[in-house]
Amino acid sequence: MRLSRGGYLIREGFRSIKTHSFMSFATVTIIMACLIIIGSVALLSVNIDALIKELENQNEVVAFVDDSITEEAAAQAIAAPLEAVENVSSVEFVSRTEAMDNFMGQYDEDLMEGIDETVFRHRFVIHLEDIARMAETKAALEAVPGIARVRAHLEYADTFVTVRNIVSVISLILTVILVFVSIFIMSNTVKLATFGRREEIAIMKMVGANNGFIRLPFVVEGLVLGVLGGGLAFVAEWVLYGVLTGRLMGTLTGSFITLIPFRSMALPVLVFYLGTGVLVGVFGGVNAIRNYLKV
Amino acid sequence: MVRMTDVTKVYDSSGTVALDAVDLVIDEGEFVFLVGPSGSGKTTLMKLITGEVYATSGSVIVNDFDMTKIKRRKLPKVRRTLGVIFQDYRLIENMDVYDNVAFAMRVVGASNKEIRKRVPYVLELVGLEGREKRLPSELSGGEQQRVAIARALVNSPRMIVADEPTGNLDPVRSLELMLLFEKINEMGTTILVVTHEKELVNAFSKRTITIDGGHVISDGMDGYYSYEIE
Repeated sequence: MRLSRGGYLIREGFRSIKTHSFMSFATVTIIMACLIIIGSVALLSVNIDALIKELENQNEVVAFVDDSITEEAAAQAIAAPLEAVENVSSVEFVSRTEAMDNFMGQYDEDLMEGIDETVFRHRFVIHLEDIARMAETKAALEAVPGIARVRAHLEYADTFVTVRNIVSVISLILTVILVFVSIFIMSNTVKLATFGRREEIAIMKMVGANNGFIRLPFVVEGLVLGVLGGGLAFVAEWVLYGVLTGRLMGTLTGSFITLIPFRSMALPVLVFYLGTGVLVGVFGGVNAIRNYLKV
Repeated sequence: MVRMTDVTKVYDSSGTVALDAVDLVIDEGEFVFLVGPSGSGKTTLMKLITGEVYATSGSVIVNDFDMTKIKRRKLPKVRRTLGVIFQDYRLIENMDVYDNVAFAMRVVGASNKEIRKRVPYVLELVGLEGREKRLPSELSGGEQQRVAIARALVNSPRMIVADEPTGNLDPVRSLELMLLFEKINEMGTTILVVTHEKELVNAFSKRTITIDGGHVISDGMDGYYSYEIE
């Protein structure tokens, strides 16, 4: 293809967007709306997932050191084999003195009269990577020499895992449905936009245009509209997310809930929006004119 | 040049026999009228020439291309040897006169320099000089048809196929258009005009092929229009 011809076809793509401005506007708006809906559901599920993970992390396991080990240094030495246990993400040593201080802080001092630190054991506060494997990790921790007992709330762990699984499945199903519905709506809008152009395509065919010549302006048009739709959806999503999380955080001040800042998810969201916009724009357009090319 | 040998066309969807064992030859440089009532098979015959439909049986040769065996992707090559003109002009509404004509040259990969040289020449030939920047909607029917002729002519086709080109024009404009076709024919281009207009056909002493019920029922060189239009 000559350079002048390629340049002409690219210009034709841009000219067509301007000429069919209403349909171009409709296409960009639909792509934008669909992407915002999909994106919002996806971001919501990412936040819920992060929230559950946060709650899971608060579900700690406590490993009590054997009574016979009274020396703090000897007790601390057990940290290394505990850290080596699979699925352990962090190990924090709490001496019997610290344990007593914590305990006394929670109860009436009168009740603590006559109790000294020897009543308490040295212990480790342990966080796990995956609480679904809490039972087997508990057993592994108990097998570590110097550990007398491990306290773990298995029933809470099971509840969290169940909730997380349900949320994951629901959000996945919802996202998949929305993606299909959106692709259907978006490709139909693109199809509608090209329907009015069938006469133009028939004329091109009759003067001897090959399919590549006819397609290229549609590819350029789809690309531009897709990038516009995806880009605008990204900006709108950023603003929307900022406003909603701002309000939510205002009402949740003091609670343990924290939402993921948009900035940290911006790149994958942008890539997804632009990618989907371009795919729908280009393939939707090319696919829509396929039937008109058969003359 | 068109050579049809024992051509039959049956439409699969309806089972209608549009053409039945048609033999026809149009030589290079001829001026031919194709006449016949609605549903006689004229349009099908035209579509066989332009490659819009394929023959069910028989042989169709158009400008040395075998239209019964040609692949779809090769059709643009045949169409570039033809100039097709329709009753409803089929201009691109949002392109001005110049671009409507230049567009046909861009399709075949002509350079901007070639386009700038050729388009004004063709527009002058059809009497549209000074109308380059007008949109089709700003032109009369006759002028729009001249744009369509300019577009058909611009790539110097071997043959022009015109389907009812005067259907939307008054008698004076129709006559002017036929005179333009005659002028183009004198320059060496083969012309095939499909028409209903008896007076127009009789005003020119040209070969006239009459078709009815899918058969060629007369083929004369004296321009006599023997068929009675309903």
